[in-house]
Amino acid sequence: MKLNMVYFARLKDSFGTGQESLETDATSVAELLVELRLRGGNWATELGHGKTFRVACNQELAGPDSALRDGDEVAIFPPVTGG
Amino acid sequence: MQPFTVRVQTGRFDTGAEIDRLSCNPACGAVVSFSGLVRDYGDRQDVAALELEHYPGMTEKALHAIIEQAGQRWQLQAATIIHRVGYLALGEPIVLVVTACSHRKDAFAAAEFLMDFLKTAAPFWKKEILQNGSAHWVEAKHSDQAAIGRWQ
Repeated sequence: MKLNMVYFARLKDSFGTGQESLETDATSVAELLVELRLRGGNWATELGHGKTFRVACNQELAGPDSALRDGDEVAIFPPVTGG
Repeated sequence: MQPFTVRVQTGRFDTGAEIDRLSCNPACGAVVSFSGLVRDYGDRQDVAALELEHYPGMTEKALHAIIEQAGQRWQLQAATIIHRVGYLALGEPIVLVVTACSHRKDAFAAAEFLMDFLKTAAPFWKKEILQNGSAHWVEAKHSDQAAIGRWQ
């Protein structure tokens, strides 16, 4: 299935991209993160254990167990700092 | 009048006009506003400007959700949240929250609630640009996370 990935702020800079279309078999956020970490480099560092980041699925905050479906928009970003 | 307004924009907003807009309901005896401005220090000293990024779509949803939560706790007759993004120089307004209620206690509390949750739940990110031209992303603050604890 295909996911529309979006990245923001420090993670966008670190990954060198703000969005990508990702072909994956991951069925949950946790599985997706395992797959992204396997890319190594900044992907492994930024999404590593002990790092703080947020995941949103279709613009709603998601947890590790959140299910993923074909066509979902999945965003990964640092904790927010607005206001 | 649309009682609940959320706007994300690059341009300046007119604070007085926004307060006036919520000050014309005879049922509302109290209108409270909060303005957030670009300050000259944050994570570092000598901040010259901020660059703000957001997640279009999710931001608006998150802000409307925060207003809805406030509406469940207080008699919130009307509320406005305006947040700017892009390049903002020192002293520029960043955010405006206006609440209109029958009584001042609700208006004060709701405005503080909206700001506390905006800071931890709305997908905005600040980058500090220093006088020397260097820039870095602002780190999330534990104090902001702690601030929402008192509303639980």
